[in-house]
Amino acid sequence: MNTIKGKAWKFGDNIDTDVIIPARYLNTTDPQELAKHCMEDADPEFSKKVNPGDIIVAGKNFGCGSSREHAPIAIKACGISCVIAESFARIFYRNAFNTGLLILECPEASKDIETGDELEVYPEEGKILNLTKNKTYTTKPLPQFMKEILEDGGLIPHIMKRLKQG
Amino acid sequence: MGKKPMTLAEKILAQKVGKEYVEPGELVEVPVDLTLANDITGPLAIKVFESTGINQVFDPEKIALVMDHFTPNKDIKSAEQVRICREFARKHKITHYYEGGSCGIEHALLPELGLVVPGDVVIGADSHTCTYGALGAFATGVGSTDLAGAWLTGKTWFKVPETIKFVYYGTLKPWVTGKDLILYTIGDIGVDGALYKAMEFTGEVIEKLSMSDRFTMCNMAIEAGGKVGLIAPDKKTLAFVKKHSTRKPLVLKPDKKANYVEIREYDVSKIDPVVALPHLPSNVKPVKDLPKIYIDQVVIGSCTNGRLEDLIIAAKILKGKKINPNVRCIIIPATPKIYKEALKKGLIEIFIESGAIISPPTCGPCLGGHMGILAKGEKAVATTNRNFVGRMGHPESEVYLASPAVAAASAVVGYIATPEELGL
Ligand code: SF4
Repeated sequence: MNTIKGKAWKFGDNIDTDVIIPARYLNTTDPQELAKHCMEDADPEFSKKVNPGDIIVAGKNFGCGSSREHAPIAIKACGISCVIAESFARIFYRNAFNTGLLILECPEASKDIETGDELEVYPEEGKILNLTKNKTYTTKPLPQFMKEILEDGGLIPHIMKRLKQG
Repeated sequence: MGKKPMTLAEKILAQKVGKEYVEPGELVEVPVDLTLANDITGPLAIKVFESTGINQVFDPEKIALVMDHFTPNKDIKSAEQVRICREFARKHKITHYYEGGSCGIEHALLPELGLVVPGDVVIGADSHTCTYGALGAFATGVGSTDLAGAWLTGKTWFKVPETIKFVYYGTLKPWVTGKDLILYTIGDIGVDGALYKAMEFTGEVIEKLSMSDRFTMCNMAIEAGGKVGLIAPDKKTLAFVKKHSTRKPLVLKPDKKANYVEIREYDVSKIDPVVALPHLPSNVKPVKDLPKIYIDQVVIGSCTNGRLEDLIIAAKILKGKKINPNVRCIIIPATPKIYKEALKKGLIEIFIESGAIISPPTCGPCLGGHMGILAKGEKAVATTNRNFVGRMGHPESEVYLASPAVAAASAVVGYIATPEELGL
C-alpha cells in the first residue's frame, strides 16, 4: 500500500451518511456526480476546497446511519485518499474496504489533528506523521482479512480470485 | 453437558455454519437465506455484479428488490434507477421484485410476505434490515458491494458480534410504546453504544409487546450502532410466521448462561413518552420536560412505525379531531396491505376527516426523498428513525422522533405533546 500525503480536514463525532452524501442526491450512482455533494450539509464548499490526496479526520462513529455505499464512493471520488477516525460505524467500515477506500482507526490522531495539518500516512506500518505538529501516531493494525481484501483490490476481485481458485 | 452456552446471535450463526459453537470475534462465512436491495442501493449492486462478467445470480428466489424509496418515481433519475432494477429482475427472473401497486416499504413488506422466518440469515443493502431480528432472524445491513458478493456466492462473512442483553421489566405507562422503549434505550447508551454488537431485547415487557412494537424496536438497533437487534421467537412470533409464511421456522433461544458483554435492565414503569430531539436519535427527552415546541409537519409512517397497529393508535387520537391549521400531517401506510386494512377499518376516513394527507406506501419524506420535504427552519415530528441534519429536507430544518401516539397528538395541538394533553 502506498504512502499517502495530504492536508487534513477535521470533522466531529457521529458524522452520518446523510452528512457525507445527502439522500436527495441518491438518485444516481455516478461517482463524479456524488462527489460534488460530498459533506455538503456540514460544509457546502467542501468538494470545491479539497485537493487530491487530502485526508478526512473525524471523531467517533464516522459513517453512522444508512448503508449507502454512495458515502465512501463520494468521499473517494472527491479526491480524499484516506479517512482517519476514532471509530467507524460498522456498515461504513465494511463498505470502505469493499470499495477500496482506506480507513484507519486512531483515537490519538483523531483528537490531535486539526484542519490544515499536513499529514503523511504509512498504512502498512500503521503510522501517521503530522508534519505541521511534528508528531507521530500509531494506528490500530488492519485486521488480516481486511488487508487481504484491500490487497486484492476490494471485495469483488477478492471473491473472483477465490472463485477461480475453486 | 459441557456445551458452551451461547447468545441468540451466536446460536443462529453457529447453526448456519454447522458448528457446535462460535465465539465473538470469530470470522464466519455463512449462507444467506435472503438478500435485499432497494431503488437506491440496487442499481449500485447491479453495477458491481455486472462488472464481474458472471451471468448468473446464486438463487433468483433469494433476492428481493423493493423499489420503495423514491417511488412512485419522483424524477427522471429515480425512474432510471428503477428501470435498471426492473431490467435486472426480468433478466435474472428474480421472484421477489416489487414496484408499483405491489410495493411497500421493504422492512414492513418482507415480513408481511413471509419472506423471513426465525433462524434466517438475511443481509440487505439497507441499514434497517436489522428489523427482522424481531422474528429471531440474524438480519443486518450491508453495502451494495457486499450484497453483490452474496449474489455471486450465496454467502457472506461476519465477525461474530459480542452481545449486550437488554432486560425490560415493570408496567408500561399509558401511551408508552415500543418506540419509546427503543428511543429511551438509545438515549441511555448513545448512538455508538452498541457499535459492532448484537442487541438482545428480553424481559416480561418484550414478551407482552405486539409484533409491530417488536419490529419497531429491532428496526432501530442500528441507531445505537448495533449489528443486529434480536428478540427470541415465542408464541407471538410463531403465530405471525404461521399467518404470513409457508416456510418452516427454526426456533432458537439464547442459553441462560450465555456470555453477554453487558446486561442492562430497565424498569419501564419509570419511562414516559419520549422524543429524540435534533440532530441525533440519542438526544432523548420525556415529552413532559419539553417547553412548547411548535411544529410545521407531522409524518406518521416509515419502516419503523407505518404498520397497521401504528395507524390504529394514530386514528384513536385523531378521531373526531382536526389537525392544527399550522401543521401538515402526512400519514403513510407502509404497505398496500396495511393501506387496504386501514381502509376497511375506517382509519383512512378518520384521517381524511381530520385533515391529514394520505400518501401511497413509500419511504418518501423519511429520508428527505419526496412527499413532504421540509423548508429552512421548519420543524417536524416524525415516527421515523433518524433525525440527522438535513434528513427530511433543508439542512436547517429539524426532525423530532416520536411514537405514533405523540406524533398524532402533536398534529392536533400544534406543538410536541402526548395524547394526555387532549384528555386521552
Ligand atoms: S422508511 Fe426510512 S428508514 Fe425505512 S427503509 Fe425507508 S428510508 Fe430507510
